[in-house]
Amino acid sequence: MIAGIRARFSISYAAFHLDVDLHLPGSGVTALFGSSGSGKTTCLRAIAGLERAPGGYLSVNGEVWQDDATSRFVPTHKRRLGYVFQEASLFSHLSVRGNLEYGLKRAAGETKGDRLEHTAEQLGIASLLDRSSERLSGGERQRVAIARALLARPRLLLLDEPLASLDLRRRREILPYLERLHDELDIPTIYVSHMPDEVARLADHLVLLDNGAVAASGPLQETLARLDLPSTFTDNAGVFIDAAFDGHDDADDLTRLSFSGGTIFVPRRAQAIGKRVRCRIEARDVSLTLHKQSGTSILNIIPAVVVDMAPTEHAAQVLVRLDAAGTPLLARVTRRSWHNLGLAPGSSVWAQVKTVVLIG
Amino acid sequence: MNASFTHGDLEAIWLTVELAALVTILLLALGSPIAWWLARTPSRWKRPVAALVALPLILPPTVLGFYLLVAMGPHGPIGLLTQSVGLGLLPFTFGGLVVASVIYSLPFMIQPLQNAFESIGERPLEVAATLRAGPLDRFFSIAVPLARRGFIAGAILTFAHTVGEFGVVLMIGGNIPGQTRVASVLIYDHVEAFEYTQAHWLSALLVVFAFAALVGIGSLTIGGGKAAKP
Repeated sequence: MIAGIRARFSISYAAFHLDVDLHLPGSGVTALFGSSGSGKTTCLRAIAGLERAPGGYLSVNGEVWQDDATSRFVPTHKRRLGYVFQEASLFSHLSVRGNLEYGLKRAAGETKGDRLEHTAEQLGIASLLDRSSERLSGGERQRVAIARALLARPRLLLLDEPLASLDLRRRREILPYLERLHDELDIPTIYVSHMPDEVARLADHLVLLDNGAVAASGPLQETLARLDLPSTFTDNAGVFIDAAFDGHDDADDLTRLSFSGGTIFVPRRAQAIGKRVRCRIEARDVSLTLHKQSGTSILNIIPAVVVDMAPTEHAAQVLVRLDAAGTPLLARVTRRSWHNLGLAPGSSVWAQVKTVVLIG
Repeated sequence: MNASFTHGDLEAIWLTVELAALVTILLLALGSPIAWWLARTPSRWKRPVAALVALPLILPPTVLGFYLLVAMGPHGPIGLLTQSVGLGLLPFTFGGLVVASVIYSLPFMIQPLQNAFESIGERPLEVAATLRAGPLDRFFSIAVPLARRGFIAGAILTFAHTVGEFGVVLMIGGNIPGQTRVASVLIYDHVEAFEYTQAHWLSALLVVFAFAALVGIGSLTIGGGKAAKP
């Protein structure tokens, strides 16, 4: 059995061409990230079999769902997947319970009596079960849609911007549920999004789509630290680092986080010691010095080694990739500074980090 | 004006109801797959087929009746078929009326159904497919309940239209009491025979029925705004 997901599609429309060849991990959350029109949704629909991509190939953890070389195309209803659409698309002629049972009844395998109740509990919709599906808020509808997809016992979960049609408040209401699913379920998930913060909170693996082609694909941190990405991504270039709450500094109301590259301080957070957290450091918030500065207001100064450098869309600035004991960092500095400091791959520097944003 | 309906009138009313009910049931079964196909096919045959289905709307009933008479006759294709399976010939029988009415009322079933199926859109069916529902399952568990207003409207229109047909009946069925003499034909007979009282009673009944049917359809479409957005 070959673990992982292999998806090779080539679809042409009048003014759009999608051409991807993806190797994705067989577990965890993969984010398909890109601006609108980049082909994310088309790609997801092709994986679900809702869009027919002639000459394509798709296998999911050893099961071949499409292989046009051998004329194999498993129709959508025979693929064990769960799909959550942008709009919840509940069946309006059924109650909430009827919607949930629709997938549950048709799922293969033995049905444990309380699965429906348990899943409804997980998504906080247990009290809505007997409601008509038309009398729900946007956030509730989307949670019902997610529960419905999960109850069909998918081996692959496909989420097409499930939060895009919701306002910020509803979005905040659902994200924790998605995070919980990520932690509690062992279903490989492909999550389509154009929102960097959603990707940062949920994804383990990242695929950047640009104009129908894969611009980058790999583990989240590594991929975001790449320098050769199209300008749509380098504009807001930055990295995510996984850290753990390490302790609190009561005198100054600071919380200490530790990660492989050292420690960083953030404004005090009431969190249990040892809990893991993801934070984002934007390239424009990182400056470089050759010697550790003492007379500076900057709190977080991390030793690192220069890996390489790439020009940005602004001729005056360059993007520098750093390695802080295994954790990639990005710094956006002027080209003049690059030359003045005599930087080159292998140089030891101090990365001064002005802002660390905790995600979640 | 004492006795409202004679025995002959009641017989014709009953025959009319029987015919309309049978045609409605047959067209529900026959019309849904055609309407479903028309609503969803990308085929280039869609337009010609839709036009063929709509033809009875504008064709003079005598033209339709004439061709059906020829087709069901001893040398026509339908006639040869019914003879070979031992059904005999259909013209001037109740069976002949049913076949003719099914064809004549076809657009009244198909068009409301096709509209209802089209307004469901692709999404609910795609969702059902991702929840393991096969094509037939999707039709019965999603399309039919979501298009229920179309089914009700189509059934009412078909029934009412079959009750009201005259020309095709006369061409195919003639005027045989208890077999092919339906209410609309009997009214014609009453008028020919100057039995105006009988003609009045039957006509008034059909007016009330047609009015009730239209009120029924109207209440469907007022509440029907909801069905349009699934």
